[in-house]
Amino acid sequence: MAIEVKDLQYTYSPGLPGETKALDGVSFNIDDGSICGIIGHTGSGKSTLLQALDGLIKPSDGEIIIDGISLTDKETSLVDVRKRVGIVFQYPEYQLFEETVAKDVSFGPSNLGLEGDELEAAVRSSIELVGLDYERIKDKSPFELSGGQKRRVAIAGVIAMNPGILILDEPTAGLDPTAHKEILSMVKRIHETRNIIIVFVSHNMGDVADMCDKVLVMNEGRIILDGTPRYVFGQKDVLDEIGLGVTPAAEIVGRIRERIPEIDSDVLSMEEAAASLAEFIKRKRS
Amino acid sequence: MIRDITLGQYFPAGSIIHSLDARTKILGTLLFVIELFVVDSFFGFAVLATFLAAIIAASKVPVKFIFRGLTPVFAIILFTFVINLFMSPGRVLWHWWFLTITVEGVRRAFFMAVRLVLLIIGSSMLTLCTKPIQLTDGLEKLLKPFKAIGVPSHEIALMMTIALRFIPTLMEEADKIIKAQQARGADFESGNIFRRGKALIPILIPLFVSSFRIAQELALAMEARCYNGGGGRTRMNEIHFARRDALAGVLMAASLGAAIAIRIL
Ligand SMILES: Nc1ncnc2c1ncn2[C@@H]1O[C@H](COP(=O)(O)OP(=O)(O)OP(=O)(O)O)[C@@H](O)[C@H]1O
Ligand SMILES: [Mg+2]
Repeated sequence: MAIEVKDLQYTYSPGLPGETKALDGVSFNIDDGSICGIIGHTGSGKSTLLQALDGLIKPSDGEIIIDGISLTDKETSLVDVRKRVGIVFQYPEYQLFEETVAKDVSFGPSNLGLEGDELEAAVRSSIELVGLDYERIKDKSPFELSGGQKRRVAIAGVIAMNPGILILDEPTAGLDPTAHKEILSMVKRIHETRNIIIVFVSHNMGDVADMCDKVLVMNEGRIILDGTPRYVFGQKDVLDEIGLGVTPAAEIVGRIRERIPEIDSDVLSMEEAAASLAEFIKRKRS
Repeated sequence: MIRDITLGQYFPAGSIIHSLDARTKILGTLLFVIELFVVDSFFGFAVLATFLAAIIAASKVPVKFIFRGLTPVFAIILFTFVINLFMSPGRVLWHWWFLTITVEGVRRAFFMAVRLVLLIIGSSMLTLCTKPIQLTDGLEKLLKPFKAIGVPSHEIALMMTIALRFIPTLMEEADKIIKAQQARGADFESGNIFRRGKALIPILIPLFVSSFRIAQELALAMEARCYNGGGGRTRMNEIHFARRDALAGVLMAASLGAAIAIRIL
């Protein structure tokens, strides 16, 4: 499965006072099995783009091809899209509605026609995949869970539909550092066990650099950078200009370089920063 | 899309209508509604519609914007239209199986539909041209004389403002929830009326939960800013009647006179 997007355009409330051009000629490709991070300032069009990828809004122009089928084609049935793409919105815990966790998680797959043992197996495996104990949690009310647990249940409700592409809009928003790390390792686990494309929006540059094979940077409805984390975070000038930072490690090394310019600047993670400092110290001593 | 509903929204256009005192506009709207019920002929409606059209033109609110906000209530208008069309006794015009249309039914259906449309457009002009805060102040001042008989004017005014303020917020919330459930394969468009009704559950429950959460957050935010009822509260911008309000008052009285005249003559 792969995603191909060509010259996407979208405007909110066209012709009315609140008119906003949210997408303005967006094009990119995402290869099978990769993790793609989308970063950008608030209001740059990230959530709009994600909604277009699931056929929830109709772009006024451009084309989206997922797994060979065109979303922008009128003939395409939305069920076919929903089978391939799963989207988890920001604060997905506000969408829970059923009496029990198991029923809530089975809402998606049963809408796709799953029944009986097959349905239960899908529900069980996805609840376990998000790191919850199926037997203990399945009959609880989703409203009595903690915030982090609710979010996992909501994510389980989407992956139970077994999508080939999982889209997450700021999956870690509003969580404490521990829950934040757990959600990220959960996303990695889902990627490894199901081997699916993951697309996620984040405001945390460190997470994006750690997790992704590919990064898209959005600004005012356009993609202004597209490439590997190493390439994208190497463009410090461009990122600075639109008010986005680099990764924490690159930031630290950047500060040290103001005093000691000989240090290697090409670092993304803390490990690389440590290695580059250690190498510099070794060089100095010898 | 659900977000396009503009019911109860304010539209900043800075026209003469916008600058009128909120009390003038509230009373004017009330008068207009009364006139709609005083009048009992299509000619009367035509006169009132012209009056409303003049106000809309003076308010500089785009007509498209007004009508866009009306689309959701058209279902109600259509419903009353159909009920009136088929349920009125009188001279039979057309008959098939159990459906009967009478001459009186046709007249009544159109009559009620026109009245409803004028009623809705007329009252939405009030919120389109008045800032919520001015609306509250105006309403509170108008209700003040009734305080003596125990009417909680401040609280009523505040409740109304909050209700108006939350229409767009709830629309936004509903839009998000609808999209999220659609993404999980929910289908709101097919099936019979029972299936469709059932399909609303995944939207209504989260919406309900969200509205409680929003209400609680608002209460906390108000408390954090030391809100403790209206007693002893002063205003930065006091509202005042001006010359233009007197002029508007004259026009309003004239329109009421015209409506009564049309009814009697
Ligand atoms: N339903 C809507 N109606 C009108 N305008 C909208 C709507 N949703 C978003 N917009 C506007 O479209 C633009 C892009 O919004 P979008 O939600 O895609 O941004 P974002 O990149 O996801 O931001 P954030 O990081 O804050 O989530 C913004 O200017 C926003 O104000
Ligand atoms: Mg967003």
